[in-house]
Amino acid sequence: MDVNWIMRNLDEIGQRTLEHVFLTVIAISVGFVISFILALLIRRARWLEGPIIGVSGVLYAIPSLALFAFLVPFTGIQNPLTAEIALVSYTILILLRNILAGLQSVPREVIEAADGMGYTSSQRLWRVELPVALPVIVAGLRIATVTIIGLVTVTALIGLGGLGYLIVDIGYRRFFLTATIVGSVGAVTLAVLADRGFVVLQHALTPWARQRAED
Amino acid sequence: MQDASGAVVAFDHVTKRYPGSYAPAVDNLTLTVPAGEICVLVGPSGCGKTTSMKMVNRLIEPTGGRITIGGEDIMSLPAVELRRRIGYVIQQVGLFPHLTIGENTAVVPKLLRWKADRTRKRTDELLDIVGLDPAQYRDRYPNELSGGERQRVGVARALAADPPVMLMDEPFGAVDPIRRDGLQNEFLRLQSRVRKTIIFVTHDVDEAIKMGDRIAILQRGGILAQYDTPAAILANPASEFVERFVGADRGLKRLSLGRVRDLELIDAVKVRAGEDRAEIRRRLDRVDELTYALLVDEQDRPLGWIDQHDLAGSGPVDPDAATPGAPTVEPETTLRDALSALLGSSVQLGVVVNERHRVLGLVSVDAIGERLRTPVRAADGKLHEVGETAAH
Repeated sequence: MDVNWIMRNLDEIGQRTLEHVFLTVIAISVGFVISFILALLIRRARWLEGPIIGVSGVLYAIPSLALFAFLVPFTGIQNPLTAEIALVSYTILILLRNILAGLQSVPREVIEAADGMGYTSSQRLWRVELPVALPVIVAGLRIATVTIIGLVTVTALIGLGGLGYLIVDIGYRRFFLTATIVGSVGAVTLAVLADRGFVVLQHALTPWARQRAED
Repeated sequence: MQDASGAVVAFDHVTKRYPGSYAPAVDNLTLTVPAGEICVLVGPSGCGKTTSMKMVNRLIEPTGGRITIGGEDIMSLPAVELRRRIGYVIQQVGLFPHLTIGENTAVVPKLLRWKADRTRKRTDELLDIVGLDPAQYRDRYPNELSGGERQRVGVARALAADPPVMLMDEPFGAVDPIRRDGLQNEFLRLQSRVRKTIIFVTHDVDEAIKMGDRIAILQRGGILAQYDTPAAILANPASEFVERFVGADRGLKRLSLGRVRDLELIDAVKVRAGEDRAEIRRRLDRVDELTYALLVDEQDRPLGWIDQHDLAGSGPVDPDAATPGAPTVEPETTLRDALSALLGSSVQLGVVVNERHRVLGLVSVDAIGERLRTPVRAADGKLHEVGETAAH
């Protein structure tokens, strides 16, 4: 471990960490919006579930390296768009599945009660179904975020990568172990922080799921 | 609670036919539920009772006929507005898990955009009405409550906007039998205050008899087999189907509808310690039905029976000769419970006492049996001999 190198490159490390966070947040946000719209679409037209899940499954299965190779001729190297297209397509399967599972987890009698009370379809969705589905949806965000934090390092191959840049460009290409360790520890730390963050968020958002009845 | 009473609910030749199925789920149903009464829809599964109920708030749309509430066709309003005016209680309660008890109760007022302080006042009032202390329950979540407590919140939620009509789909079906009995009694007390028109679905004939002012018995295919008061149905089942459905013990079931206070009591020959035997004998001879005198204490409370054989000769009566253990019943006791108590005792007479245990009179097994042979007035006002099957 070359502590001096770390001290001399704190700026660079900070920069790369920010880039890492930035790439992750964009991917999750865009992925969530797309997944949410798809979930609403499926709620309207159930038959779409098969095809949509199928396509997002295929996207999920494409090796990231192949996807970059395919995209670079169109969107160019070092372009965040190239990275995000790949990253977002990985989030969709996880997020969409969890949003759908969350909506399906709403008990039948809760839906029936909402209808019987006179909720309109959209009131029921926003005021009942989504709040009740929230724990499952947040759980999906948690898994997707941790996954994407890991995956961002791979974008180093197209000249981005956040902390992955330290691992690949400095650590691997120049055989400099300290950089590899700093990059890896940094990425793992980000993942753990994000994971804990979502646990805290979920706890704060769903006070009703905490206590259990005694009988 | 204002006494906004219920509205008349009328089914007029209502039919529900599902696409792809030839047989209707509900077939030409015509019945009128008077304002402020509980009408129980009961029958085996597949009889269309739940379908019939759900057509009232259009969770299921009728395919033929007309349903009116207070004379107004239910199709004249958008479905969601109609539903906000009708209370709805289901077996699984269906409280919203993410809302507190207070918020759950306030769901319909909120949909109707009541002002916050009006909603708040109403919520507290309702929790109080269903027996939940608002201060203690208002801010708790449904998963902190027992099944019975949740069911009460379900009733409070349905009553929130003071709807004239309530629909209840097996509301006590998921509660254990002991607590169910308590909740039923509680609900009947509540109903005697709020006087809603209630359509109540159950598959349990005993619950129907207990809860219903009127009972509609449906049979497979959504056909109305009989619609009448519980007493009239039990006394004169309209068909073999109804007879089988209400059960072989319908005589006993009728007894559970009557109370001791409905009977004419026999005057007891009351005796205090130290009275003269010859005198008691004379008084006892005057009453045909009695061969026993009743020994009572200074406060008129029963101590035991004295057989006429122990009253030979003259001189003061011996209190030790009294047979203790006369069954006591109260005016509120059901005839079924009274009969049961009487059958278990050697004298076959019951002592009716008031709440301070003072003797009001006597009741005999014969008098209870006589009651079962009295003709019952049907909802149409006609008197039918008991056991006579109404022409259909």
